Amino acid sequence: MHELSVVESMVGIVLKHAERNRARAVKKINLVLGEVSTVMEEPVRFYFEIISKGTIAEGAELFFKRTPLIGECGSCGERFKIVDYDLTCPKCNSDDCSIISGREFRVESIEID
Amino acid sequence: MEVEVLEGIFDANEIIAAENRRLLDEHGVFMMNIMSSPGAGKTSVILAILEGISKEYSCAVIEGDIAGKVDSERIAETGVPAIQINTGGSCHLEAKQVNTALKRLKVDDLDVVIVENVGNLVCPAEFKLGEDLKVMILSVAEGHDKPHKYPLMFSESDILLVNKIDMIPLTDFDMAKLKETVTRMNPRVKIFEISCRTKEGVGEWIAFLKNVIAEKRKK
Repeated sequence: MHELSVVESMVGIVLKHAERNRARAVKKINLVLGEVSTVMEEPVRFYFEIISKGTIAEGAELFFKRTPLIGECGSCGERFKIVDYDLTCPKCNSDDCSIISGREFRVESIEID
Repeated sequence: MEVEVLEGIFDANEIIAAENRRLLDEHGVFMMNIMSSPGAGKTSVILAILEGISKEYSCAVIEGDIAGKVDSERIAETGVPAIQINTGGSCHLEAKQVNTALKRLKVDDLDVVIVENVGNLVCPAEFKLGEDLKVMILSVAEGHDKPHKYPLMFSESDILLVNKIDMIPLTDFDMAKLKETVTRMNPRVKIFEISCRTKEGVGEWIAFLKNVIAEKRKK
């Protein structure tokens, strides 16, 4: 049921920007979904169909760009792909690393008429 | 025509979470968010916390459940105010629900708010509530391999309570392996081994918690 509230927010964002630009219809929604986000594509598509019904976003194509899980080392600045959620820096072995991408779920852009 | 949006879908929740945090900070109230799978011992941990700190601090509990009020009734028996939020099928608490509950509780009379999230190792990790401390509980019977299956929850938590350690002799639970895996995912996590049933390790966890609460209240 997680995706239901997530898709409600997503449709809200899309409609806000569409109306701001006086759109008659939303043709495509470009989404960025991180590799380790708990949100899943299939339920998003499923709920989108239901929630967008009767709005100008009904029938819009959903495009998901998947982003990998990337860490950045706070000691040496190395950027690296995180494997098995191991946050140790592969270059200097520091554990002072943070996740800089791979968790996000955002609306990147919309294509409107 | 393509319109740039660049808006995170969790942004709205995070704005309200920040608002909750401001409200709590203004009144010097400490809030913790307790998360685990169903049956790991969230309510027992909360009862142990209340036993340990409710003489010193004025506490309240926000209970998140899909349905029912079993947990809030257990808490209310201790005399501590408890607000039950029924999420009606939704698998996690959101900042907005906590905001409503905080307003009903009148935070100016409180020192500590304990939020019991919906029993689930997935979604609650994505939704910030404005808490000072994210506490997750893993019970021994769930197995030491859970961090591999639910990495976000383990990497987001400030505290990991390994509960029901009195059951270890009955299982193949490998504490060293669990600690190694979790520390690699989340180097800043603090791990406590406890049993709410025998009270083993509970004193150490409560002492730590009292320190963190006192630090916030000094500010």
